[in-house]
Amino acid sequence: MTVGTAIKAKHQRLVLLVIALVVLVAAALLAAWALRNQASYFYVPSDIVANPPEETRGVRLGGMVERGSLRTEADGVTITFVVGDGKARVPVTFKGIVPSLFVEGSGVVAEGHMGVDGTFVADNLLAKHDENYVPRQMQDMSKDQAQQVMRETK
Amino acid sequence: MHGFANPARFLRIARWLMPLCMGGGAVLALAALGWGLFFGPAERLQGETVRIVYLHVPAAWLGMAGWMGIAAASFTELVWRHPLAGIAARACAVPGAVFTAVCLITGSLWGRPAWGTWWVWDGRLTSMLVLLFLYFGWMALSQASEAADGGQSKAPAIFGLVGAVNIPIIHYSVIWWQSQHQAPSISLGKSAMAGAFLYPLLAATLGFSLLFAGVVLARMRAILAHQQAEARLRRKALSEGF
Repeated sequence: MTVGTAIKAKHQRLVLLVIALVVLVAAALLAAWALRNQASYFYVPSDIVANPPEETRGVRLGGMVERGSLRTEADGVTITFVVGDGKARVPVTFKGIVPSLFVEGSGVVAEGHMGVDGTFVADNLLAKHDENYVPRQMQDMSKDQAQQVMRETK
Repeated sequence: MHGFANPARFLRIARWLMPLCMGGGAVLALAALGWGLFFGPAERLQGETVRIVYLHVPAAWLGMAGWMGIAAASFTELVWRHPLAGIAARACAVPGAVFTAVCLITGSLWGRPAWGTWWVWDGRLTSMLVLLFLYFGWMALSQASEAADGGQSKAPAIFGLVGAVNIPIIHYSVIWWQSQHQAPSISLGKSAMAGAFLYPLLAATLGFSLLFAGVVLARMRAILAHQQAEARLRRKALSEGF
């Protein structure tokens, strides 16, 4: 009798707890889904092009620095480049020291605001590293060797 | 599992398993760190700063694993009333919090040269900081319930389960939301990380995980010994007529 009730109580606790956990996870997923836009750290160029923010509003723009777009102006400290996400492109201008990982073809997060002419005026640049980790020596390898290493890592 | 309900049986196994985990983990972790720090290559863009990954990634994993341990122990405690579950949860908290802090500190040190900032409030960094505060809250609650009623309260176990929702949020923060932190380099069966980084990283992760297991076993033994000593003192006081 006591054994039977003990097992029953145990099962009851198990079922109750599993239901509670399912509800909890559902609530968390709903919250995460509701936050899907607000919790993003930056806007991608297609967001900026679709809904241009007012010029007074500070925003972050994140994307890839387009290859061949990086220019240094005549004053030597102002740079201009284009940030793209494959769908849209936004020209950016920035005056200051760039982080060492800031290179063409790599990710960047620019903090600033939209200028009147559709150029994004950045006050601060953060470099973004992607998930690819490539040894420095691979740059000096032949293309075949490098592809061999890349194949091994996939 | 209820074979281990008897603390004497658990202690017999923990007595030899603990030094094995600690020794094996220390040797493996040190060897992996030496491998990565002194013999591994520099990264194409990050340069030498990539080497912090051999500490950062194992610490991130164990910070999250510590809470998964608390959650699993809490579930076991609530459903099966397993006598060792609460002790296991308490044993996971401090090492979990320490590894979470190591993850945040090493990440910040890497962020300065790589990103150009010590800290940003993006989804990944914020959810990891929340995990550290959850650990602090859990430890305070567990100590308070220990002091109040000898750990009979279910509050820490419930907190342990509810806090576990943060773990998938940490993991998916870089996938659901645009974030400063990069997406995962390693997922099941795939790696965007060259082998020269991946193998020492996997070795370091295994080594630190063994160390973590050793610390948890040691802390469980210490908590059990403390409880036995307290019970003995109480019995002695009773028999002497106080």
